[in-house]
Amino acid sequence: MSLQKKWKDLYLQIVNRNDYQLERREIMTKPLIELQNVSFQYEHTKVLHNISFRVSEGDFLAILGPNGSGKSTLLKLILGIAKPLSGEVKLFGESVSSFQHREWIGYVSQKSNAFNSAFPATVEEVVKSGLTKKIGLFKRMPKNANELVVDALKAVGMEEYLDRNIGKLSGGQQQRVFIARALISEPKLLILDEPTVGIDHENVQSFYDMLARLNKEQQITIILVTHDVDTVSNRISHVACLNQTIHFHGYKKDFDSISDEQLNGWYGHSVRKIH
Amino acid sequence: MIEAIINYEFLQNAFLSGLIIGVVAPLLGVFIVVRRMSLIADALSHVTLAGIAGSLFLSQSFASLALLNPIYLGIVASVGGSMLIERLRSLYKHYEELAIPIIMSAGIGLSAIFISLAKGFNTDLMSYLFGSVSAVSRQDLIVVLLIALVVFIFLLLFFKEMFVLSFDEEYAKATGLPSKWIHLLFMIVVALVIAASMRIVGILLVSSLITLPVAAAMRISKGFKDTILYAIIFGESAVIIGLVSAFYLNLAPGGTIVVTSIIILFIVISIKKLLFNLKVERG
Repeated sequence: MSLQKKWKDLYLQIVNRNDYQLERREIMTKPLIELQNVSFQYEHTKVLHNISFRVSEGDFLAILGPNGSGKSTLLKLILGIAKPLSGEVKLFGESVSSFQHREWIGYVSQKSNAFNSAFPATVEEVVKSGLTKKIGLFKRMPKNANELVVDALKAVGMEEYLDRNIGKLSGGQQQRVFIARALISEPKLLILDEPTVGIDHENVQSFYDMLARLNKEQQITIILVTHDVDTVSNRISHVACLNQTIHFHGYKKDFDSISDEQLNGWYGHSVRKIH
Repeated sequence: MIEAIINYEFLQNAFLSGLIIGVVAPLLGVFIVVRRMSLIADALSHVTLAGIAGSLFLSQSFASLALLNPIYLGIVASVGGSMLIERLRSLYKHYEELAIPIIMSAGIGLSAIFISLAKGFNTDLMSYLFGSVSAVSRQDLIVVLLIALVVFIFLLLFFKEMFVLSFDEEYAKATGLPSKWIHLLFMIVVALVIAASMRIVGILLVSSLITLPVAAAMRISKGFKDTILYAIIFGESAVIIGLVSAFYLNLAPGGTIVVTSIIILFIVISIKKLLFNLKVERG
């Protein structure tokens, strides 16, 4: 499917989606993430320019943008792996550099570069390792760690795979295990960087269903960088359109007022919205 | 044999050191192998050789240093080498493996210079190259014991962090683990174990005791802790069989231990293949 078609479908689906989650969340506006005038550059290439936006508790935000738009860099800034050239990043109201509660944030990276697939570890060991930061240095795993592992695996529908070698699972199953690894520390915020790259289409659907469930039932705020605009769009609450800078960030209803000309200008190629 | 061990102190030293190394080397080896650092272990062992050759040369040249145990300078060289490798790896970010030949050749080059200055090989140096049953002193045994203690304390404190770091470095950084410091400590511990192992298996074969038992363990294990357990069993068996045969056949233990490890590896691979074929036949 061409990129144009994807964008078209995205807008179409956002326009048609159910509104109830959004209304519920408008009441809860505590910002979990706040970026103010953030810029970033690699050597002499400007990657992100003057980014300001906030993510509130309970949001399910998809960051969309073409290749090279700075999506992954934005996540790195939020996680504190990269430092901004200027501007400020705040997590839970605190500056990212002094933020201590990393266990509140679950991170799931692209499957392709996440790990060495021949690594000798069971699903149980991998999920349990998600507790490392929460427990802290010099301390041992808690006695109920095994129960926590089972609970986390149940939440992603993978409890039967407890004893399997992680490398022997399919790409979609591995990503579920990595979500479980993030869930075990009971995060308030889940950050996913193109989590479905290399996963076949059917599994992508159920993967996003699972994320939507976690967002709704466990009130976990989710930020997702993705290319699967057509699949994800009927499950998210917010959209951010990124191309070096944030061109749009808001609810679906606000999308309606965006003109085709505006979209073309942001992405440098023809994108059309169908009503 | 048991009677001989009871009667002779040098045999006690060799066997006790061997038994300790047989646990410690494969234990740390699992982390080294999964982090794809096997060749770094090899490079470090050659740097250790430079320290030992330097120490032997100093003992020859200065009467006051005649009794200096070469293991100390060996440890200094190994730890120094590990820090240099780290420095080089960050200098050549996109060609990290370049650090290995640079450090390895520096180690061998320096060793060659010290050996020629010390007027050629002697039996002492041979025992450092290929290990020895008779050359392990009580002092060596104590150093080996202390190094083993450092390894156990390190893993007791950082096992879960080391697992995360080995499995997924990006995730470790994203969760805010102090990965840099833990990695640096790990490199120092690796350098210590290499220096400790050399007395028994010899510098040239140290990395084999670190990697071969792990290679065999990974064929049959499912999880990480399994891998560690199997690696220690294989490592320990190789050390015991190797030392006993070295004693009776009057061979260098480095050779017998490594050959035993390779035989174990071969047996494990064959059995695994046989079982796989049987499974396929049965459908």
